[in-house]
Amino acid sequence: MSKPPVLEFRGVTKRFGTLTANDNVSLTLQQGEVLALLGENGAGKTTLMNILFGHYQADEGDILVDGDVLASGSTQAAINAGIGMVHQHFTLADNLTVLENITLGTESLWSWRQDQAGSRRKLAAMISDYGLVVDPDAMVSDLSVGERQRVEILKALYRDARILILDEPTAVLTPQESERLFATLQSITAKGLAIIFISHKLHEILAVSNRIAVLRRGAIVGTLETASSKREQLAQLMVGRTVTRPKLSAIEPGELVLDISNVSTAGTGATELKAIDLTLHQHEIVGIAGVAGNGQGTLADILSGLRKDFSGNVQLNGQMLDAGNPRAIVASGVGRIPEDRHARGVVAAMDIWENLISEDIRSDEICSAGFIISGSRARARAEKQIEEFDVRCKGPDAETKLLSGGNMQKLILARALSNTPSFILANQPVRGLDEGAIAYVQEQLLEARKRGAAILLISEDLDELMTLTDRIAVMSHGMLSSALPTGERSIGEIGLMMAGHADQGHGDQGHANMGSPANGH
Amino acid sequence: MSDFVDILLTAGFWAATIRIVSPLIFGTLGELICERAGVLNLGIEGIMTVGAMSGWMWVYQGGDLWTGVLFAACMGAVFGLLHAVFTVHLCLSQHVTGIGITLFASSLSYFVYRMLLPDATTPPKIVPFQPIAVPWLSDLPIIGEALFTQSALTYLALLVVPMVWYVLFRTPVGLAVRMSGENPVAVEAQGINVLAVRTGAVMVGSAFMAVGGAFITMSWFDAFYFGMVNGRGWICVALVIFASWRPGRALLGALLFAGLEAIQVRAQQSAGAFIPYQFFLMLPYVMSILAMIVMARKTKYPQALLVPFRRGERV
Repeated sequence: MSKPPVLEFRGVTKRFGTLTANDNVSLTLQQGEVLALLGENGAGKTTLMNILFGHYQADEGDILVDGDVLASGSTQAAINAGIGMVHQHFTLADNLTVLENITLGTESLWSWRQDQAGSRRKLAAMISDYGLVVDPDAMVSDLSVGERQRVEILKALYRDARILILDEPTAVLTPQESERLFATLQSITAKGLAIIFISHKLHEILAVSNRIAVLRRGAIVGTLETASSKREQLAQLMVGRTVTRPKLSAIEPGELVLDISNVSTAGTGATELKAIDLTLHQHEIVGIAGVAGNGQGTLADILSGLRKDFSGNVQLNGQMLDAGNPRAIVASGVGRIPEDRHARGVVAAMDIWENLISEDIRSDEICSAGFIISGSRARARAEKQIEEFDVRCKGPDAETKLLSGGNMQKLILARALSNTPSFILANQPVRGLDEGAIAYVQEQLLEARKRGAAILLISEDLDELMTLTDRIAVMSHGMLSSALPTGERSIGEIGLMMAGHADQGHGDQGHANMGSPANGH
Repeated sequence: MSDFVDILLTAGFWAATIRIVSPLIFGTLGELICERAGVLNLGIEGIMTVGAMSGWMWVYQGGDLWTGVLFAACMGAVFGLLHAVFTVHLCLSQHVTGIGITLFASSLSYFVYRMLLPDATTPPKIVPFQPIAVPWLSDLPIIGEALFTQSALTYLALLVVPMVWYVLFRTPVGLAVRMSGENPVAVEAQGINVLAVRTGAVMVGSAFMAVGGAFITMSWFDAFYFGMVNGRGWICVALVIFASWRPGRALLGALLFAGLEAIQVRAQQSAGAFIPYQFFLMLPYVMSILAMIVMARKTKYPQALLVPFRRGERV
C-alpha cells in the first residue's frame, strides 16, 4: 500500500463573482515528490495555491494535510501545518536585511529581544544544507533576483515547511539560474519534502517534476506521470485545442528604418543605457533578450518618447527622433505596445472608443477645427477597429477595464497598427496572455513585418524570441550586444550573456564584447 | 554675531532648548512609529491638542499629574484608533483622514473645555510638573541647569528615545511594524495580521503625540489656551522625514529646531528695533525647510507608506 498523501485537495471550488476560478479541484501530493501544476495564465493555478495558503477562502471543498482538515482562510494555520509558499511576486521588504526578512513572525511578537545568534546559526546550517548561498546581513535591495528567490525558499524552509509551493519560479530567472534552482529542488525533495511547482513552461515541467496535474479553466483536466508524458500531449491538454504559433517566413530586409547609435543615459545603474547601437530594417523583427530591469525599459521609454535625457543619436527613417515628444513620435510612424497594459497601455476607467482615439485625437478623421472631437465619427472608427482586430466587447462605449487581458492587448494593437506604422516597438506584447491571444498578437506582428514594418520585440521569453525574430541582441546591465541572426547563438549562450557574461565565439568585429563603451564611436 | 555666541553660552538658552524639545520628541516619535508601520498620521496636530486639553483637565478636576499623563495618552490612542479605522481598515486617503482628525480633535478639545468651564474668563491654572534637580549633576556649569534641572516629563522624553529605538530595531514586534511599512504582503505571508500591527502602531504613536501635547499644558505652562499647539504637530511630521525615520536622528532634528526656536526668542529681545520680530518668528521654519531640502533628498521612505493593504485582494 502506498503511503497516505501529505496533502490532499478535495473538491475545492472558488468563485469570483460569476467567474469560477477553481472548479471542483481534487489533487494529492506524496512525500518526496515534485508535483507540477500546469496551466495557462488564468487557468486558476495561483488561485488554488492562494486558497491553500489561506489568502483566499474556498467556497466549497476541503484541504487535508496529513489527513487533517486545514482551517480555511488562515495563513497562520497553513504555516503551522508546514506549508511554505514562494510567491511569483516576491514578498520581501527591500530595505530590510535577509535575516530580518526570514525571521519575521518566527518568534513570539511580545518577546523582549530577538534571538539573533540562534536564528543566525539555524540559517547558516540551512544555507549549507541546501546550497542556498546568500549573505544573511545583506539588504534585500542589493540582491539579484536569483538571490531573492533563494531568500524566499529559505524563508519557507526556516519555518520547517514540509510542503513547498513555487509559483512560476523561473519567470524571472536566466536559464542558468533556473538550472541551479532545479538542482536545489532535488536536494530539497531528497530530504523528504514535497514540492508543488507551478508553471506554464512545458520543458521545465518535464525536467523537474515527478507527476503533472493539468489545470484548464479552473478544473483538473488530467493527472499524468511525467516519465510517460509527451510535450505535445501536455500542450493539447493545457490549451484544450491545438494552437499553432505562427512561424517566420523568409523575407529579404529592406531599407534602414531605425538607427540607434551610441545611446547612453546618465548613471551607472543596471537600467541605465551604456553606448547602445542597433539598426532595424524594413521586413525585420529584431529581438532584445534579457532579464527584466537591465535597461530594456529605458530603451523602450526613449523610443516611445517618454524620455529625452540621453546622449547619442536615434534616427527614424532618416529623421532625428523627436525625443520626449510622444505625439510627434507617433505621428512620425511609430506604433507602441507598452510593457504594462494596465499602467501605460490604456486608461482603464475610460471607454474603449476613448482609448482607441487617444493617440491621434487631432487627426482630421475624428476632429474638427483642431479641438472639437466628433463622438459619432470616433465611435464609428472604433467600431471598425473593434471588428478588424476582433476585440471581444459590448461595443465602443464599454468600459476598458472590463476587457480581458487578451482583448485589452488587441485594443492596443488596433490603436498602434491602424495607422500603418513603419516602426513598431513591442515590449513584452504577449506577457500574461493565453495561447489563443498569443498566437493572434504574433500573427499581427508578422503581418506588419510582411507589410514592411520594422519591429523591435523586447521579451524575456527566449522561446518566443527564437521563433519570432530575424535577429537577436542581448541586454545586460544596460549594455546591448550585437544583434546576430537568430539561431547563431544557442539558448545557453544567450542565457550566459543575459547573466552579464561577455559574448564569446562570434567575431562580429568591433562588437565582440557586450557593447562595452570602449567600442563606442 | 557676538550676540549669538553670548546666547549660546547661557544656561538659560540650553534649558529653554531642552524644554522646547520635549513635546517635539514625543510628537516626532509618535509620528515615526505610525509611519514606520506605513500610515501617515496628519491627525497629529489635533491629537496633541487633545492631549494638552485632556491631561490638563484631568488634573484641574482633581486628578494627579501622572494619571493625567496616562489619561492624555489614552485619549490620544482613542483618536489613533479612529484614524486607523478609516485609513487601515477602510483604506481611505491617509491625507484627508488625517486633516479631518486634526480639525475634529482640536475643535472637540476646545468644545469640551468650554463646556466644562463655561464661565472661565482668565484661563484657570494647575500646579504643573516641577523641575527636579538631579543631585551632583545639576551642579555642573551650563549642562547642570540645562539637562539636570528639568521636569520629570522631560527626563521621560529623553528616556523614550532609546526605548523606541530598541523596540523598533531589536524586538520581534518592532520588526513586524517596520516590515508592515515596507511590504505588508510579506508580513501577511508570514502569518502576521497586518491590519492589527498597523492599528496597534497608530494607536501607540497617537498616544505618544498626546503626551507631547500634555507636556505643553502640564510641564511647560500651567494652563490651556486655544491654539496652544501652534503648528508643533506639523513640525513633527517634517522632523520625521528629516530624521529618515530613525529615532536617534529624530532627537537630533528636534534639538536643532528647538535650539533655533530658543535663539529666536532671545534674538528678538537683543536685536531690538532693527529687525522686525516677525523675522525671528519665521527663522526656525525657514531653517527647517532648508535642512529638509538637504536631508530629505537622500532619505529612503518606508516603501509602503500611504499604501493601504487589502487582505486577499489580487496582487
